Amino acid sequence: MDRDSGSGGPSTPSGPTARLRRRKGSNEAPPEVETNGDRLLFNDRNKYKSMLIRTYSTVWMIGGFVSIIYLGHLYIWAMVVVIQIFMAKELFNLLRKAHEDRQLPGFRLLNWHFFFTVMLFVYGRILSQRLVNTVTMDKFLYKLVGRLIKYHMVTCYFLYIAGFMWFILTLKKKMYKYQFSQYAWTHMILIVTFTQSAFTVANIFEGIFWFLLPASLIVINDIAAYIFGFFFGRTPLIKLSPKKTWEGFIGASFATMISAFVLANIMGRFQWLTCPRKDLSTGWLECDPGSLFKPEYYTVPQWFPEWFPWREISILPVQWHALCLGLFASIIAPFGGFFASGFKRAFKIKDFGDSIPGHGGITDRMDCQMVMAVFAYIYHQSFVVPQSLSIEMIMDQILMNLTFEEQRALYTKLGQIIMEKQFGES
Amino acid sequence: MKQKEQSPPPSPSTPSGRIRHRKHTKSQEVFPDVSKLNGGNLLVDDQNKYRSMWVRTLSSLWMLGGVVLILYLGHLYICAMVVVIQILMAAELFHLRRIVHESKRLPRFWLINWYFFFTAMLYVYGRILRQHLVNTVTSDKFFYKLVNGLFKYHMVICYFLYIAGVMWFILTLKKKMYKYQFGQYAWTHMILIVVFTQSSFTVANIFEGIFWFILPASLIAINDVAAYFFGFFFGRTPLIKLSPKKTWEGFIGGSFATVLFAFLLANILGQFRWMTCPRKDLSTGWLHCDPGPLFKLEYYPFPMNLAELLPWKGMWISPVQWHALWLGLFASIIAPFGGFFASGLKRAFKIKDFGDSIPGHGGFTDRMDCQMVMAIFAYIYFQSFVLAPGNSVEVILDQIERSLSHEEQQKLYAMLGQIFQDQKYGYL
Repeated sequence: MDRDSGSGGPSTPSGPTARLRRRKGSNEAPPEVETNGDRLLFNDRNKYKSMLIRTYSTVWMIGGFVSIIYLGHLYIWAMVVVIQIFMAKELFNLLRKAHEDRQLPGFRLLNWHFFFTVMLFVYGRILSQRLVNTVTMDKFLYKLVGRLIKYHMVTCYFLYIAGFMWFILTLKKKMYKYQFSQYAWTHMILIVTFTQSAFTVANIFEGIFWFLLPASLIVINDIAAYIFGFFFGRTPLIKLSPKKTWEGFIGASFATMISAFVLANIMGRFQWLTCPRKDLSTGWLECDPGSLFKPEYYTVPQWFPEWFPWREISILPVQWHALCLGLFASIIAPFGGFFASGFKRAFKIKDFGDSIPGHGGITDRMDCQMVMAVFAYIYHQSFVVPQSLSIEMIMDQILMNLTFEEQRALYTKLGQIIMEKQFGES
Repeated sequence: MKQKEQSPPPSPSTPSGRIRHRKHTKSQEVFPDVSKLNGGNLLVDDQNKYRSMWVRTLSSLWMLGGVVLILYLGHLYICAMVVVIQILMAAELFHLRRIVHESKRLPRFWLINWYFFFTAMLYVYGRILRQHLVNTVTSDKFFYKLVNGLFKYHMVICYFLYIAGVMWFILTLKKKMYKYQFGQYAWTHMILIVVFTQSSFTVANIFEGIFWFILPASLIAINDVAAYFFGFFFGRTPLIKLSPKKTWEGFIGGSFATVLFAFLLANILGQFRWMTCPRKDLSTGWLHCDPGPLFKLEYYPFPMNLAELLPWKGMWISPVQWHALWLGLFASIIAPFGGFFASGLKRAFKIKDFGDSIPGHGGFTDRMDCQMVMAIFAYIYFQSFVLAPGNSVEVILDQIERSLSHEEQQKLYAMLGQIFQDQKYGYL
């Protein structure tokens, strides 16, 4: 989110503060000259050095990100998991007090125990059917996986209970308050990181489009807000983040929605991005993208100016959905950033961590993304999925949720129902 | 859980009465713990002790009576009771964290808590009772369409309500009070999660059959009472630093008693249709169903030598009793950790009780701490080991019958047939 780059070099009281927003696909930003601009020469070198660092890390992040998108769903999932681990690590460390920690050996291990239990639970739920689809070839593995999935919930529950009992048995007198706070903090962290990553992963396997588009919109919103704020910014937006302005906010909203519309069109043409992945393979995907991604042609109305090169534009129905996503990304997602800013002020921390040089921690980068990922999933489930043919949806359910025997049982019963209806009507 | 009784004039040698009360257990008399602490000043304390014991007995009886009545009335009323208890628990816990002078400066802050509570309630109960609600209004076409439409967007509605709450929270952040407000926010979330997880699982259990609600709850009560008795008569070795009055003898004796009672209680409860039949809609009338093989009593004749000793030749056992054994085991060994957690929490934040709604007992949370752990386990156990696997087929069949027209159903049937053909040939 919004960051002061005063961290580059010696901090001077009147240094021009460069407002750099770095998202996975951000660009350079010129220094903001609204604060007094003396001593430019001295600060310039430090500023440029820190800008260079940030550019480097940004470029690396973009490059890594693009290559992972190219590699496919499974690798994107792995990337999400890695990011999650780093986020959790940052947040676990945040409120830990070294002194108390030394007296509680094994307490950190408890955090990671809960982390892996939740990971097993969340990803097990989301990917269980896909795992089954991957191993259908091998009879033995299929049975094994089927059995594991059946008792998945119990396994995770007992792992959690074991952690709970471990926690209670390690309560030390005079440290109760610290331990309970850490316990609550652990739960909050896990809930925050896993909710958004669970939804992200669910989105990914519905089609990379539904992961890439929301993520890009957040980035675009950030950059656009910066640029508009830089050129036109006058009225402050909110006390929590004093550098944000209304002009930046509104301008970015427009820019985000336009780019949502355009991006959806571009992305929707690639099957790699729009096809859902039904198993855990990594090969190429072929599918029928569905009516959502079929272009519809509209002739440009007469009143459009002459220089407009196309007389006919093709619009994918998904672009209208993208408009809603863009609206959310520009208006509501920034509140994720405000929340994080308020949180940092409340606990008097500057950054969540320092993993990314020049940017802060991973949580600093992901705060708005989290809000967006959850919304994208809910939007997808509520508005996109029901529009597809009911038959296909139910067919998917049958193929994904039932075992072979159950499918056949369903088939027989359905046949009976249809027979009865036919005889009833005739 | 265990309640340490403090009689009004605190004297250093007060014998403490150990009373355990649960929602629907008979209250026990308290025997002064004279064997453990010195027994001076008996006369003075006796009067106060008996008076508070009387208070506790009265409230226990009222609770027991209330619960029995509600059980008789049915699923919907039990749910209502769960909801009411939930609201009271949440109110207790919200109140606990509030620091009086701070909340005076933020007049509407407590409103945010209840707003989140309401949103969580809408989400959780909407999910669980969705199908039941739909089944209730199938008679009326208009309501059916309305309810179905609402449920399609249920998740979005709840999400936007939540987001509105978050935005409201952010916009009301006041300088210099950030830490307090964030603390309250986190506390609210933790409370809601704790309260709603267990209550949603409880409600889900209720609609699967009152049996799956009442058996776990009774086992917790029985475990408490039994552990008290065993501890009273045989208690020597302390169990855990957190709760100094618990003993290993009480714990183990309580475990045996609980498992035994589980076995017997399951037999008794399983014979009532009112308890064992699932409720598929939100009606309140009588229930008829085929309870299934789980509750069918089977006769097991005793082996020859045993049969000569006992007056009975054999026992009637239903398969559900074996499941009840597991529930009993969990209730006696793991569920008490819920009580330890609550004790630790109270010590950590230096509070005596979570509230004071129930005279003589403390607050609702004090009574519900072990129940929460048990309710979740009961649900998960039920879903994993008891639920017949044919259910998901029925669920999807239901969906097909409801949402597809006749032609679409035939189309689906044809498509399925095609897929099976392909698979058959693929495997050859």
